[in-house]
Amino acid sequence: MRKLGVSAYKEALLLLRDWGGLAILFFMPSVLIITITLIQESTFKAVGESLLPVVLVDEDGGEIGELVAQNLAQADNVQLVTEERGRPITDAQARGLVSDGKYQIALVIPAGLSAELNDKVNHNVERILGEFALTDADSAAQRLPRNRSWEAKEITIYFDPAAGQAFRSGVKNNIERMLSKVEVQKIYAVFIDQMALEEDPGLLGDDIINFRETIAQKGEDGIIPNAVQHNVPAWILFGIFFIVVPLGINLVKEKNLGTYIRLRTSPVPYAVILGGKIITYTVICLIQFMLMLLIAKYVFPLIGLIEFDPGSQLPLMVLIAFVAGLAAIGLGILIGTIAETQEQSAPFGAIFVIILAALGGVWVPTFIMPAVMQQVSAFSPMNWGISAFYDVILRNGTAADIAQPLGYLLAFFIATLSAAIIYDKRKRTN
Amino acid sequence: MSKLSAAILFVIKAHIAAHSGAMGKISNADNGQKDKLKCSGYFVSVPYLRAMEQIIRVHGLSKRYAGSDRYALNGLSLAVRKGEIFGLLGPNGAGKTTLISTLCGMIQPTAGELTFDGLDYRKHRQRIKRHIGVVPQEYALYPTLSAEENLNYFGSLYGIPRKELKRRVADGIRRVGLDDFAKRPIKTFSGGMQRRINLLAGILHNPTVLFLDEPTVGVDVQSKEVIMTLLHELHQQGTTIIYSSHHLNEAQHFCTRIAIIDEGRIVTEGEPGQLIASVAGATTLENVFIHLTGSHLRDYA
Repeated sequence: MRKLGVSAYKEALLLLRDWGGLAILFFMPSVLIITITLIQESTFKAVGESLLPVVLVDEDGGEIGELVAQNLAQADNVQLVTEERGRPITDAQARGLVSDGKYQIALVIPAGLSAELNDKVNHNVERILGEFALTDADSAAQRLPRNRSWEAKEITIYFDPAAGQAFRSGVKNNIERMLSKVEVQKIYAVFIDQMALEEDPGLLGDDIINFRETIAQKGEDGIIPNAVQHNVPAWILFGIFFIVVPLGINLVKEKNLGTYIRLRTSPVPYAVILGGKIITYTVICLIQFMLMLLIAKYVFPLIGLIEFDPGSQLPLMVLIAFVAGLAAIGLGILIGTIAETQEQSAPFGAIFVIILAALGGVWVPTFIMPAVMQQVSAFSPMNWGISAFYDVILRNGTAADIAQPLGYLLAFFIATLSAAIIYDKRKRTN
Repeated sequence: MSKLSAAILFVIKAHIAAHSGAMGKISNADNGQKDKLKCSGYFVSVPYLRAMEQIIRVHGLSKRYAGSDRYALNGLSLAVRKGEIFGLLGPNGAGKTTLISTLCGMIQPTAGELTFDGLDYRKHRQRIKRHIGVVPQEYALYPTLSAEENLNYFGSLYGIPRKELKRRVADGIRRVGLDDFAKRPIKTFSGGMQRRINLLAGILHNPTVLFLDEPTVGVDVQSKEVIMTLLHELHQQGTTIIYSSHHLNEAQHFCTRIAIIDEGRIVTEGEPGQLIASVAGATTLENVFIHLTGSHLRDYA
């Protein structure tokens, strides 16, 4: 027991004297969680809250251009740009401005679009009303051809090449919705006109079908989910797994310094030596976890982010961090045992953790991954950790709910540690 | 009468030991003037009698690393006696490091028998390790820890009680002249200072057998003198020393017995003077070494 204690104490001393290692363990994850959350928040704001400049080139000069401009101007998050240096922007200029990255989006309404839409809508409305043959004119309208074709005119949307797919999809959906609304408004206006109604019945005023967003949680006192509650556990886990890098370096250093020879020739089982490392690095993981939690709770509100409040789920979160820490330590020990140099262990450890994070759903939720990747993701310890955190934070889960992912993490720890011990033994036997 | 009986018994044992394994010849004891006993024409000193007991016995030891078609150790046999300074010399790739690593319990042999004070290495590895001290060629210390912290840690691994360990660490640091540097990190030490602490880390637990791998390489004359003095003291106290080095001159003067190893086998062994005398025209151990192992370069990848 004393040997285990002195081994853990020695590891703690080594870490305390290694500023670079401490930076990786504490400072970098803290910076990471703040930076990533701020970036994700600002990206969200870019699409949702802050003003997004949209260039509008109206070559049509008719009703459609006017309606589009009106709708864009009314949108809360759009800043309409139609001129550059006091002169209207042309199609070619818009393309250039967007490709240069000055603007992210430009909308070009082609000439004659309003006339064509009017023609198309009038034709169809007249033909439909003609079916009812309410007037003589309607009788004539009955004879209008059903499948008349029009020259195809397209509204062009230019996107900044640097704009991400998600951003493009979001903007495109919004513009499509806006154009559909314009179309409906136009059709509605023609119906009113054709039917010679004296008064607008006001059908477009209210939405006929509404929807209500409700989070399906267990219990009544669940936390209302927000972006921070999705981000914080994911990045906490990412930070915890980065312990693989300093731990791998620690083991490789022992081999290179020759202290490994001393340890292996001492009458202490290798498991005790590793036990010392496991104790120290587990404590480090928990300190790291608490630090990031404190940042999310107390620093986030100071920089305009939503406060992360673990509420009554804190003990279960600590349990998840503890078991996830063990899994990360097992992986670090395995990498450090196999690697011969720091040049092997450090980049491999770092990149491997990034791959595990990607597979685990730190950046992209696993449910939107392709089927094959979802199957691969099921084997990522980071995925087990995130699942457990989400079960606890977002689904109000209990200890029983997270038993399975925690079991997987524990099994991963035992498997990696056993593999490291077996590899070390085989290397000395063969 | 009882002393005479004991002496006769020891001499008989010595004869049996000398003829049973690959051991050196028993010589007339002309050194160690104290406690001489006369028996059957042999003068045998008490340290010499103690030296008749074998602490390490190696028989038919072979080691082939995975993926290699070459034997690092090839049916090697030797015996190290208690209290002697046994020099293990050989060119690069001869098998010295593999042999020492095997004797330290670091690696397992492919074949052969290996005993430490009668204990089989395969069955009593951990028990044997308690009696072994290792001073590797590398500094084998944690650079960011102080000399005291390093020694406290390595001493604790041998189960030395806290108070006793504290005393031994303080005493050891004083003996190697580093009292003023005890609390400074090892990384601030010169090569010679690190070598002295490296040696201390290997002897804190008073090992029965001490393995030394190039203990004085890269050190200044003063540090070397401190190290050699300490090693002589240990030898006087009865510690068996197994010494591996490329410093043939140092080995010639330091070792009581030497084995030259090449291509995984013992080429010759004996007292330094005997080895030199055995080769015509040789005046130094280096002459013997070149004569037996040749002048060609030994480059093994």
